[in-house]
Amino acid sequence: MNQPLLEVTDLNKNFGGIIATNRLYLSVEQGQVHAVIGPNGAGKTTLISQLSGQLKPTSGRIDFEGRNITGFSTARRARAGLARSFQITSVIMPMTLLENVMLAVQGSDGHSFRFWSSVQRDSAMIDAAMKSLVEVGLDDRADRIAAQVSHGERRQLEVAMALAMGPKLLLLDEPMAGMGSEETARMVEILSGLKGDKAILLIEHDMDAVFSLADSLSVLVNGHIIATDTVEKIRNNSDVQRAYLGEEHA
Amino acid sequence: MRILPKTVSAGVYTGFLALLAIAPWIFSVIDEPFYLDLLSRGLILAIAALSLNLILGYGGMVSLGHAAYLGIGAYCVGIPAYYDFYNGWLHLGLTVLVSGLFALVTGAICLRTKGVYFIMITLAFSQMVYFTFVSLEEYGGDDGLVIYLRSEFPTWLSMESPVALYYWIFTVLLITLFFIHRLVHARFGRVIVGSRFNEDRMQSLGYSTYRYRLTCYVISGVICGIAGMLLGNFTSFISPEMMGWTRSGELIFMVVIGGAGTLFGPLVGTAAFVFLEEFLSYITIYWHLIFGLMLIALVLFGKGGIHGWLSAFDRKEKRG
Ligand SMILES: Nc1ncnc2c1ncn2[C@@H]1O[C@H](COP(=O)(O)OP(=O)(O)OP(=O)(O)O)[C@@H](O)[C@H]1O
Ligand SMILES: [Mg+2]
Repeated sequence: MNQPLLEVTDLNKNFGGIIATNRLYLSVEQGQVHAVIGPNGAGKTTLISQLSGQLKPTSGRIDFEGRNITGFSTARRARAGLARSFQITSVIMPMTLLENVMLAVQGSDGHSFRFWSSVQRDSAMIDAAMKSLVEVGLDDRADRIAAQVSHGERRQLEVAMALAMGPKLLLLDEPMAGMGSEETARMVEILSGLKGDKAILLIEHDMDAVFSLADSLSVLVNGHIIATDTVEKIRNNSDVQRAYLGEEHA
Repeated sequence: MRILPKTVSAGVYTGFLALLAIAPWIFSVIDEPFYLDLLSRGLILAIAALSLNLILGYGGMVSLGHAAYLGIGAYCVGIPAYYDFYNGWLHLGLTVLVSGLFALVTGAICLRTKGVYFIMITLAFSQMVYFTFVSLEEYGGDDGLVIYLRSEFPTWLSMESPVALYYWIFTVLLITLFFIHRLVHARFGRVIVGSRFNEDRMQSLGYSTYRYRLTCYVISGVICGIAGMLLGNFTSFISPEMMGWTRSGELIFMVVIGGAGTLFGPLVGTAAFVFLEEFLSYITIYWHLIFGLMLIALVLFGKGGIHGWLSAFDRKEKRG
């Protein structure tokens, strides 16, 4: 019964000559926030893409809830409970925020071969979507077109969509990327609200955010995880400081 | 995104449909039966354009082979008629079956590709059908086939007289409009529209987009096949020419000039097309050239085609 929610075993990914993921082992426990930190180009996004199915690993194995999902398509993984947010915002630009989140709700609510009833009158779906918008604080902008809101708001929309899928595990790829300090604080607040409730694999550059949110932490360098531990221990680990955190945290 | 036009444009379209409903009466009063012919043909093309709009406008699947379904539908009337089978249900059933199957098989392949490749491969498949019929000497090959009698239906559904055929076409048009309206607002349609803008994102939301897009492609093909079945009955002479790639291009013109991805856009676009074709070809033999220039102008300067202009009017109205 003590099996982790997500378990990655000996994952490898090569792009031609570039080794982007190198003998990577990782596990995320139920209800925990696990952060992955690492310098630019370390292979963090590549890792997330392999977990969510956009990229096929060169070799290795991914188990989710004790099931081998390595061969699953992106859509099937999403339906199994893996929700991803993108480092580079990826939403349906010409649609409203509400319509975007409704698509996320709909995707996790059975098949969509329904040709007749209008979703605009589906109050259950609208309510569920509004709930996610409230969670990230976008409910007052529900009817704005995604292309017309600010960058920070679109980042929040990303997270709202991932939440609306009702996932078992959230894969968040730098949710604070490109945000101002106020928006970052807001996002940290949103994520801490989820803590304990949802398992999260969090990729983040902002160390303060990581230290306040994560239960445990892995350090990724050149596609390989060089250390995994509790936040406290990583902070005091001199190898890690040298490899990644640099002088300011030493 | 607003799909069903409101206010000014809704008024215009309702009036337009009402006019279509009484058109045969008007033409008989002014004694111009030729116009009924023109309108019947226009409405058949409109149904075809509506079906293309479903994949092109809503789904972002730019098919340059849609006229193949017009041909398939027409030959599903012509070939049975050649063997003296005139049963209308047989024609209709055959049309649905053959166009659906053709869309399923070719769509399964086309939808593996994107962008220009998609355009080219849809074109290739339609040319395949074209040349197949050209080579079928038994059914007239290049010269085509004459259909001596229209599809036979029970009296209340008969399409014998020109007016009865017109109402057949008009009814199919109304059903198509209503069906597409429901479909694009239903769950299925939202997946189609979402996939047009960001297919990767839709997949990561849990949608196996390929299946939905393929289903949409088949629905579109079947509707266009039915338009072809009506066309076969209307022209009573069918030939491979009606599924040539120029006809496919014209269908794209109708969709784009009217306003792709809007419910009534293709209808307006078809009206514009038929009007231009009729009157420009009267003035100059280079009317296709004028079409081309208009299309380029529209792509460069226009926003959302004729429907776009109409709904810009709506927006002004709201502010004022
Ligand atoms: N599709 C690709 N083709 C070739 N190389 C790639 C591809 N995607 C990523 N890479 C390479 O793999 C390595 C890891 O990239 P990745 O985007 O995963 O890094 P990251 O840790 O997410 O960086 P960042 O902090 O900048 O987001 C980089 O060297 C990158 O250039
Ligand atoms: Mg990255």
